Amino acid sequence: MNIRHAKTFLLGALALGFLVSVAASHFNSYWLFITYDIAINVILAVSLNLINGYTGQFSLGHAGFMAVGAYTAAVITNQFGDLNPFAAGAVFSGALLAGGALAAGAGLLVGIPTLRLRGDYLAIVTLGFGEIIRVIFQNMQGVGGARGLSVAHGWTDFFWAFGAAAAAVYVVAALVHSTYGRGFLAVRDDEVAASAMGINPVRYKVTAFVVGAFFAGVAGGLYAHSKQFITPGGFNFMQSVSIVVMVILGGMGNTVGVILAAVLLTLLPEFLRPIAEYRMILYSLLLVVLMLARPQGLFTFRKQGDAK
Amino acid sequence: MNPARPGAEKFDSPLLQLDKATLRFGGLAAVSDLDLSLGRNELVGLIGPNGAGKTSAFNLITGVYPPSGGSILFDGRPMANRKPHQIARAGIARTFQNIRLFASMTVFDNVRTAARLHCPRGVRNALWRGRSFRDGEKEISGQVMELLEIFQLGKFHAAAATSLSYGDQRRLEIIRALATKPKLLLLDEPAAGMNATEKAELMRLIQFIKDRFQVSILLVEHDMKVVMGICERIVVLDYGMKIAEGTPAEIRAHPKVIEAYLGD
Repeated sequence: MNIRHAKTFLLGALALGFLVSVAASHFNSYWLFITYDIAINVILAVSLNLINGYTGQFSLGHAGFMAVGAYTAAVITNQFGDLNPFAAGAVFSGALLAGGALAAGAGLLVGIPTLRLRGDYLAIVTLGFGEIIRVIFQNMQGVGGARGLSVAHGWTDFFWAFGAAAAAVYVVAALVHSTYGRGFLAVRDDEVAASAMGINPVRYKVTAFVVGAFFAGVAGGLYAHSKQFITPGGFNFMQSVSIVVMVILGGMGNTVGVILAAVLLTLLPEFLRPIAEYRMILYSLLLVVLMLARPQGLFTFRKQGDAK
Repeated sequence: MNPARPGAEKFDSPLLQLDKATLRFGGLAAVSDLDLSLGRNELVGLIGPNGAGKTSAFNLITGVYPPSGGSILFDGRPMANRKPHQIARAGIARTFQNIRLFASMTVFDNVRTAARLHCPRGVRNALWRGRSFRDGEKEISGQVMELLEIFQLGKFHAAAATSLSYGDQRRLEIIRALATKPKLLLLDEPAAGMNATEKAELMRLIQFIKDRFQVSILLVEHDMKVVMGICERIVVLDYGMKIAEGTPAEIRAHPKVIEAYLGD
């Protein structure tokens, strides 16, 4: 991604998102909802890519951060009745940011064990963390417990979904494509060498977790206001795994590849719908084949090391 | 890059001073009661048989392991129990016995990552991408390219670091360490795996670095010819203890050193 025009890209994406959302009534609403799913998955995958791909901290807890954001945003917006579009926009953006902020706080908590753990051990701890969050929501009767929580407002539209996706892509790309951001890659490549060059690995790892978790929380808020119904089960281990799959399939540490993988893996189950119960089998098979054929990531074309 | 470091000569105190520094792993003392002092712009060799504790001494100085006892002073400031990145910021840079470049990055980015030490611009700057960010990035790029040019690696700046030849990878590691603008450079077996021509080249390079960048160098090396050829002073370790110290000529004739190397 050419970072030089990054701000133009961000503004362009926001403008396009706004135009499409204005014209939304002319589109097939089934496909429109799928585009929201695409945007949400892009946010999740790109933010996890900062943690797993660029910083090399294998996290399996992204669905947990998403849950924190989803429940926080939903509880906030549920306090409001019908609002005029401007008030709704203000409340919704506040709720999304609050969800992101709380998720970032959770990311800070998870970031602390990463100071000591790496690899498989870290994966297990983050997995456990994600499950703890799910179980907490399952036992919180105030938000419906295992029955789930109805979300009063379906405010997620093309503008919000793609605006947030563009912001996530911009933030991750801008961070990584700077001298500061090379530190994330240095920590991933060789922590001992990185710290011998004056890089504080703890700082970088925690930053990756906090930024990644923030956007997972925002994605959760968008998800809640798109489906208008959330259950703790929707943020289980499988959800975390499916985000990890997007990152691996797109190519760890390859933002463009990860975006494409998120789009592909969101659309694939939809296109496979006609074959009903066989579709998950075919989906899994496709994953196996793709991983065998392109272990470096489906969309990684440059040799390792050439990465700019 | 300004090679001269004004004011550096004002201090008569040694740049690095280890006083009874000890590193114990359980019952095993990898380094015990090591006294070592290094002056400004001095080139000292640290030698010893396999397992004598040379690399352990490096890990002690660079904070990879906290000392089990004794003190380490650098530039008059205590370094014991500081984290490796803090010690790097204080002005100690190192290379590694087994080359540890950032494998996924280009030659340029390897050096750029280290050069960030003196231009601490953080998250907000990278996100906003304003004028000061662009100027800062340009300044760092300039420094990195200048360094690479000095060591004739400029033409490889966009190549993957791991695609360089073995000798060039060793050189790149030294360049990366120099990019942190250190006062003290620790070289851990830089001649390992090199042939005679490359070794001769390396000796010239180390001498050049010392003069051009006005750094002190502590050199761990197996190859006697290299150590004897360039070091002003040599410290010999065996079983984690200092058994001799002196000029190359003194060390060559020292009975304890001969015993340690040849056995009895």
